[in-house]
Amino acid sequence: MNIITIEHIAKIYQVGSEEVHALRDVSLKINQNEYLAIMGPSGSGKSTLMNMLGCLDTPTNGLYLFKDKNVSLMNDNDLANIRNKEIGFVFQTFNLLPRSDSLHNVELPLIYAGIPKSERRERAAEALENVGLGDRMHHKPNELSGGQRQRVAIARALVSNPAIILADEPTGNLDSKTGEDIMHLFHEIHETGNTIILVTHEEYIAEHAKRIVRLRDGLIESDEIVANRFIPKKNGASKV
Amino acid sequence: MKLFFFEVKEGLFISLRAIRANKIRSVLTTLGIIIGVTSVVLMSTAIRGIDDAFQTGVSSLGSDNLYIDKWEWFNRDVPFWELRNRKNLTMEHFEKFKEMAKLPIAVAPTIFTPITIKHEERTVEFVFIVGTTHDYVFTNSLSFADGRFMNELESNGGRNVIVLGSEIAKKLFPNGGGLNNDVKLKGKKYRVIGILEEQGSWVMGNFNPDNQAFVPIESVFKYFQEEFWNSITINVRAPNSQSIDAVKDEAVEIMRKIRGLKYNERNDFSINQQSGLLNEINSTVGVIQIAGLLITGLALFVGAIGIMNIMFVSVKERTKEIGIRKAIGAKNRTILGQFITEAAIICLIGGMIGLFIAIIGGMIIKQFDFPVTISAEAVILAVTISLMTGILSGFAPAYKASKMDPVDSLRYE
Ligand SMILES: Nc1ncnc2c1ncn2[C@@H]1O[C@H](COP(=O)(O)OP(=O)(O)OP(=O)(O)O)[C@@H](O)[C@H]1O
Ligand SMILES: [Mg+2]
Repeated sequence: MNIITIEHIAKIYQVGSEEVHALRDVSLKINQNEYLAIMGPSGSGKSTLMNMLGCLDTPTNGLYLFKDKNVSLMNDNDLANIRNKEIGFVFQTFNLLPRSDSLHNVELPLIYAGIPKSERRERAAEALENVGLGDRMHHKPNELSGGQRQRVAIARALVSNPAIILADEPTGNLDSKTGEDIMHLFHEIHETGNTIILVTHEEYIAEHAKRIVRLRDGLIESDEIVANRFIPKKNGASKV
Repeated sequence: MKLFFFEVKEGLFISLRAIRANKIRSVLTTLGIIIGVTSVVLMSTAIRGIDDAFQTGVSSLGSDNLYIDKWEWFNRDVPFWELRNRKNLTMEHFEKFKEMAKLPIAVAPTIFTPITIKHEERTVEFVFIVGTTHDYVFTNSLSFADGRFMNELESNGGRNVIVLGSEIAKKLFPNGGGLNNDVKLKGKKYRVIGILEEQGSWVMGNFNPDNQAFVPIESVFKYFQEEFWNSITINVRAPNSQSIDAVKDEAVEIMRKIRGLKYNERNDFSINQQSGLLNEINSTVGVIQIAGLLITGLALFVGAIGIMNIMFVSVKERTKEIGIRKAIGAKNRTILGQFITEAAIICLIGGMIGLFIAIIGGMIIKQFDFPVTISAEAVILAVTISLMTGILSGFAPAYKASKMDPVDSLRYE
């Protein structure tokens, strides 16, 4: 099933008198249970595209259909709803609430979704168990390692059972060993039927995905299936 | 509806978390509102106290009493020069009035003169000496701790006898037993024949019987005042407050006759009464009230600006947090609610602290005999005002937060 369709998307930023074309003309279709990596040099528009796909931002031009609904026509409220229920974000800098413990961080999307307390506590705890942090529920972010923080962020992204996980350089702030653990987690998430889009600079990270889209100067340079995927193991990776 | 309550409840929890997380800032924010609410509560309580005191003070004048005078207490329509040119009221006028008036139950002349009273080593300066007759006691409801009022004989003869108000007696005779002692007024010996009980109205100062002393009016004219130069006041006591208008009408008629006024001439005397004073006091208290409200309003306004300012800083500082919340699905109105709730709670806490301080302050002031009681209204006032201040001053920063662009706020460091 097709989840995302974008056609001739452009994003133009006005900086003073100058126009910055972050995205020029991007068209893309993404299906259910795809595992897509977006690559490209710095400034090529990867994050801009991710924000657009994640309904954090709206395109200047072009059509964006999310599950056949026209996102370009939505107001702030509708966009917030989609972000809450359909999209799970994972950021390079984790973006956890610094003064809240893991459990509260993970249950936050459920609060905004109007889930009653007992149910959301249960679901948040379960999501934390699933990323291997069952014993870190009451730790605050600064009491966790980088990899653990990213796991909390992933649990938060997963807790509301979104249609799609968006990860903008999720391993960018982690050492390669920890990054590999995170990639293993993504692999498992993908295996259970989730759709994942991730942005990365690292070729070997991108090769965990099934499909790689390369951007350059706000345009798609190439869009190809990964012939030889990495299938990560829990402790280190191996080629199939 | 259910969702609304859910959002309010969760908003409350989120706000409480945020307040706990930013303790110092929250305390600073509260400071303005603490000061504001403290002053509002104290001010409103003080105004109420002043008002009460005035009212009891005035009621000591008696609602059944009229005061015929050359002067008008609260003059609005008679020009000052006309008042000044009025002929004095004299004892002669009084005698005629007393003879002709049928309705009053008592009539007495009074003249006031400040004189220092001495007893041996002790002195009380500038006591309001009331010169009057034996009938004065019937125009009034004075009660005696000791002795009696002057009798007709003493009054008519202008004898050197004196009745002391309780405060004066206390100062001259701290160990009690003033009765039948001699005191000196400008060197003249007076025998103390009576001491009043404490009458207990405190605000009227010299008009408070506790601070007065009473002597025969003839003796005042003999020693201290030229009768010719001074105008007396005639106290008239009506049988009850219902008959006061009739007594007044009769008094006007008689006075016009006594003064020999033609039908087209204006009254050359005034008939004053408590209700006039009450009106005056009400408008005075009204002015104090408005001034008080303006001052405290200003304090609150400054507090509110402070809160708004700190909330703006807070919103700015927490830009990233706002971005995160929005990224995971917080709606604009959720963020709006969160920050308004935060401001409201901070203000409410401040208001409570302010109220507490005001109550303590009230207790301290009470030690100085100033009648204060923090009323339920003051509590409601404090709560409402602090909540309103919180909501109003929190609105602009909260609105700014709610309108932040999620991408920009996430990028904010
Ligand atoms: N808010 C903005 N205002 C102005 N220009 C912007 C804004 N956001 C992005 N840009 C510009 O758009 C272009 C694409 O930015 P984007 O962040 O998408 O790049 P990226 O591919 O994610 O780069 P990196 O790999 O460094 O993260 C850049 O030239 C950037 O300067
Ligand atoms: Mg980027």
